[in-house]
Amino acid sequence: MIKIKAKDVDVFYGKKQALFNISLDIEENQVTALIGPSGCGKSTFLRCLNRMNDVIDICSVKGKILINDFNINDKSCDVVRLREKIGMVFQKPNPFPKTLYENVSYGPTIHGMAQSKQEMDEIVETSLKKAALWKEVKDRLHEPGTGLSGGQQQRLCIARAISVRPEVILMDEPCSALDPIATAQIEELIDELKKEHTIIIVTHSMAQAARVSQHTGFFHLGQLIEHGSTDKIFKNPDNTKTQDYITGRFG
Amino acid sequence: MNLILFTFIVLLGFTSYYFGRKKAYSIQSTKKRLTALPQFYGYYLAIWCAIPAFIIFSLWAIFEPTIVKLLILSDYSNQGYLDDELNLIYEKTKALSRGQFTGEITPFIKASAEKYLSLRSIAQSSKAVIVLSIIIASVAYAYKRISSNSRTREPVEKFLNAVLFTASLAAILTTVGIVFSLIFQTIDFFKVIPLFDFVFGTHWYPAKAFVRDSSEALDPTMYSDTFGAVPIFAGTFFIAFIAMCVAIPIGLMSGIYLAEYASYKVRQYAKPLIEILAGIPTVVYGFFAALTVGPFLKELGTSMGLEVSAESALAAGGVMGIMIIPFISSLSDDVITSVPQSLRDGSYAMGATKSETIKRVIFPAALPGIVGSILLGVSRAIGETMIVVMASGLAANLTLNPLESTSTITAQIVVILIGDQAFGDPKTQAAFALGMSLFLVTLCLNIVALRVVKKYREKYE
Repeated sequence: MIKIKAKDVDVFYGKKQALFNISLDIEENQVTALIGPSGCGKSTFLRCLNRMNDVIDICSVKGKILINDFNINDKSCDVVRLREKIGMVFQKPNPFPKTLYENVSYGPTIHGMAQSKQEMDEIVETSLKKAALWKEVKDRLHEPGTGLSGGQQQRLCIARAISVRPEVILMDEPCSALDPIATAQIEELIDELKKEHTIIIVTHSMAQAARVSQHTGFFHLGQLIEHGSTDKIFKNPDNTKTQDYITGRFG
Repeated sequence: MNLILFTFIVLLGFTSYYFGRKKAYSIQSTKKRLTALPQFYGYYLAIWCAIPAFIIFSLWAIFEPTIVKLLILSDYSNQGYLDDELNLIYEKTKALSRGQFTGEITPFIKASAEKYLSLRSIAQSSKAVIVLSIIIASVAYAYKRISSNSRTREPVEKFLNAVLFTASLAAILTTVGIVFSLIFQTIDFFKVIPLFDFVFGTHWYPAKAFVRDSSEALDPTMYSDTFGAVPIFAGTFFIAFIAMCVAIPIGLMSGIYLAEYASYKVRQYAKPLIEILAGIPTVVYGFFAALTVGPFLKELGTSMGLEVSAESALAAGGVMGIMIIPFISSLSDDVITSVPQSLRDGSYAMGATKSETIKRVIFPAALPGIVGSILLGVSRAIGETMIVVMASGLAANLTLNPLESTSTITAQIVVILIGDQAFGDPKTQAAFALGMSLFLVTLCLNIVALRVVKKYREKYE
């Protein structure tokens, strides 16, 4: 089933066009990887999906992005509700300067999802369990989140993102600041999370895209060159540029 | 004369730098590898010029007056003069030699003055000769010693280290000196006025001490109920409190606006405009408070049927608050701006609105800096003098009514030290006691500020 449907999306930073006419369908409960050389626009596209480009003054987005058949670029779209449904994990772990507990309970608090302390405790516990962090931190929930290791911090950020039970999770190079062991943990986690969430991951690592995703889109110079099942993109791409990038000839 | 000599020494320093470097280049041209860059050889020679000059100058400054005095007064020895009289004679001699003596000129004094002048000129020329010859000797010695493997970098670095160390030592010693002079004068003050009376007395009326005839013996009992500092401490904190009531909300909110809401263009103009407030001299704030705000408040109060003094704590505190706004706003703007963008992104991505993000993420992250800026503002408020002197009157009333006039520690120091003062008088020493207490208060404030900042740092970093 198709969860997100992007139609003719153009993005401009001031006068400079960063994305050209992107149309891409994203399947529900699967992992879609966006790959491409630096500056190709894959992160920009990702940020379109939860309207994070709103934060940048000079950035403007044109075209339609339908999530559950609703155009999020429409004026009637409530960004707060949208971002509740579409979570995001960033390149660098960015836990808030608060305790672990407060980090995870942040989303549920601002969206009023828990009626009591007990309910909140449950949300925090399930989120941390889903993020495979519970065992490591259950005894120090009230210590600052910034005291964790890099990999733990990133899993904390994932726990924070899933605490509001989003339908989609956007991941912007979530492993680029992590060591191989932490990376493996996060990849395992992604596999687990796709049962309940639709995941879109931007990555620089071709191997990672091949390992975790079912679908892959290849971006180059602001264009979506090719997209399709990961198997096909990696084994038998239609476009020579894709072929060149995947085999490491440029990028 | 000294100036010419000094210029000459500086020129000599530059010359030795030039020669040192030149010698280094000439060594280099013989294909020998130097142990340091050529300019180090130049600096090395310049140091050999500067250090002897400095030593001789300081020795001269220390010993010349003593020796000259001894020589002058040797004429008067064995004539049965007392030490005080001898000192007086010496002062008269000096005054006469400068042409500033107005009293009766005795032949003795005149002879001494002439001797003084000739001694001075001998001293000056011998100083010049000695300094220049020693410098030239030392530079020549060092110049001869320079060779391809002489070490010049280490001495130059050590010299710089010593110069920087001396500079910081001077700053520290000055502070220590000031504190000690405060302490000793304060102790003297408390010998006359019991500490208890000062700390818990509720009546501050130093003008009473004016009345004393200085020839009378000091009678501590006449100062009872004169130096009770409670009203002025209360006034100080009260006015500072009013000021912070104005400055914290406005400063903080404008800081948040500038950092988070204002567009680039608005910020570009608004920030310098707010910072202009910080550049206005406090005297200007003072007469603004005294001539504009004070009468305005009085009129406003009267029209509402309130009794408002023309010089009110409210006027002084309010204007002082305006003065402190730019500190708090500019500093908190800086701290808030330095909170990493990734935290904002993280919060927005969770669906938080701008105000939620500020309240829950940015504010806690920036809190140490904000607390620091507020405490800085508080110490400004406590130390501010001019506005209070001009706008809140000088009478130390013990009151918590912002519409009445009160006075502060700083304003009272001004009152006490304006005009003629007698040293060793309790009235003058009271200023030191007040200064000491002001110093202690600010010190505690700074310690608390550092503690708070450190505590939050530990928690969040």
